[in-house]
Amino acid sequence: MSGNDYILQANNVKKTFGQTPALQGADLTIRRGEMVAIMGPSGSGKSTLLHCLAGIFAPDSGEVWFDGKRLDTLSETARTELRRTAFGFVFQFGQLVPELTAADNIALPLLLDKVQRKEAYKRAASWLERLGLEGLGNRRSGEISGGQAQRVALARALVIQPKVLFADEPTGALDSLTGEKVMDLMVDIAREEGTTVVLVTHDARIASYAERAVTVRDGKVATNTKQVAGAIK
Amino acid sequence: MSTSYALLGMLGGRPSYGYDLKHAYDVLYGRSKPLAFGQVYATLARLLRDKKIAVHDMIRESGGPERKQYAITPLGREDLEAWLTQPEHMTSDSQAVLFAKIVTAILLDKEPNIYLDTQRAAHLARMHELTEKRRTGDFAESLQADYVLFHLEADLRWIDITSARLRTLTREILGERQRLYITS
Repeated sequence: MSGNDYILQANNVKKTFGQTPALQGADLTIRRGEMVAIMGPSGSGKSTLLHCLAGIFAPDSGEVWFDGKRLDTLSETARTELRRTAFGFVFQFGQLVPELTAADNIALPLLLDKVQRKEAYKRAASWLERLGLEGLGNRRSGEISGGQAQRVALARALVIQPKVLFADEPTGALDSLTGEKVMDLMVDIAREEGTTVVLVTHDARIASYAERAVTVRDGKVATNTKQVAGAIK
Repeated sequence: MSTSYALLGMLGGRPSYGYDLKHAYDVLYGRSKPLAFGQVYATLARLLRDKKIAVHDMIRESGGPERKQYAITPLGREDLEAWLTQPEHMTSDSQAVLFAKIVTAILLDKEPNIYLDTQRAAHLARMHELTEKRRTGDFAESLQADYVLFHLEADLRWIDITSARLRTLTREILGERQRLYITS
C-alpha cells in the first residue's frame, strides 16, 4: 500500500497534561475512506488521541501526518484553518449555537468560509432533508429532541464536505435506538461521500459500526480488530 | 479441554507431581469445582501420550507407590501458547475457558491483558459483521443479529471488567502460587 492510501497517521505520539501522561507513544494509521473506532476505558487516552489527530492538541513529541503533510508542526493558525476546511466534528452534546436555528447552525461553517448566504442556506436545506430534518430548519436547539440536535450537528460537520469526520462519543447522550439511527446516517453518508471517520466511543455496539476498532490502554494503541477478524463466528 | 491446558500451564512454571497439580488446580482454577484425582491422572496420561509432557523424575517414598514428576515438553509449550493466543467463540461455558487462560498467563508471568485484548478484538470484529447484517438485512435478520450482538456485548463487558480488575487477580494468583510452591 502506498503512503497516499493513508490519510492520517500518528507515530509515537506522546502528550502529558501537567503530571498526568495521556498518550505514551500512540501509533495509529488510518486509510482514506476508512471508518475507525477508538475504544478504551475512561482515562485511557482515546479522546486525547482523537484531539491530536485532529490538530486540536499539539503532541509533546511524536508525529501526526494528515494527507501527506506534518500536522503537528503547523502553526496554531494553520491548524485552525485546516480544522475549519478539511475536518468535521461531532461531539457528545451537539454543541449547537443555541441562539441560532438548525438551518443557521448548518450554514454557519459555509458562511465562515465566505460562501454566499443564499448558497449556504440552500446547501443547509439540502442537508436538513438528507438527514430527515425537513421542516425543522427554523427551530432552535432547545426546540428539537436530542437525536434531532445530534443530526443537525452531523449536518453541520458534513456540510463543508470534510476529508475526515471526527466524532467523540457522538451518541453518548442519546438512547440506544436514537443513537443507532444517528450512526446509520453517519455510516451511510460517510460511505456515499468517501469521508474518513474517526470515532471515539466506549460503547461496543457503536464501535461495531466501524470497519476497524482499536483499543487504547495506558496511552498506547493496544489492539486492532483487523488482526483477528473472522477468528470467531 | 481447558483442564489439560490448566495442567500444562502449571507445569509451564516448574515440574510437578499429579497430587500437587490437583491441589494447585483446585486453588487456582476450580474453587467451585474441584478436579477429581481420576481426571487429573487421565489428563496427564493423555498429555504424556501426545508428548506434551514427559516424566521428569520418579520417586518411591518408604515402600509407598512410585510417584512420577511431570514436566512440560517444547511441544506442550507450543500448544499452550497457541491456546492462549487463539480467541474463543464465547458460549455459555467459555467464560471458564477465558478465565483459565488469564490464570495460566499470570502463572507463566505473561501479560494477561494481551489475551483479553485479543478476545475483545475478535468480539468487536464479529460485532461489526453482525452490525452490517443488521443494517442491510430484512427486519427478521436484523432482530436475529441484535440478539447475538447483545450477547457479545455482555461478554465484552465481562472482559472489560476483568481487565480493570487484573491487578487484584494477579496479586491473588501470584500469592497462591508462592504459597503452593512453598508447601509442595
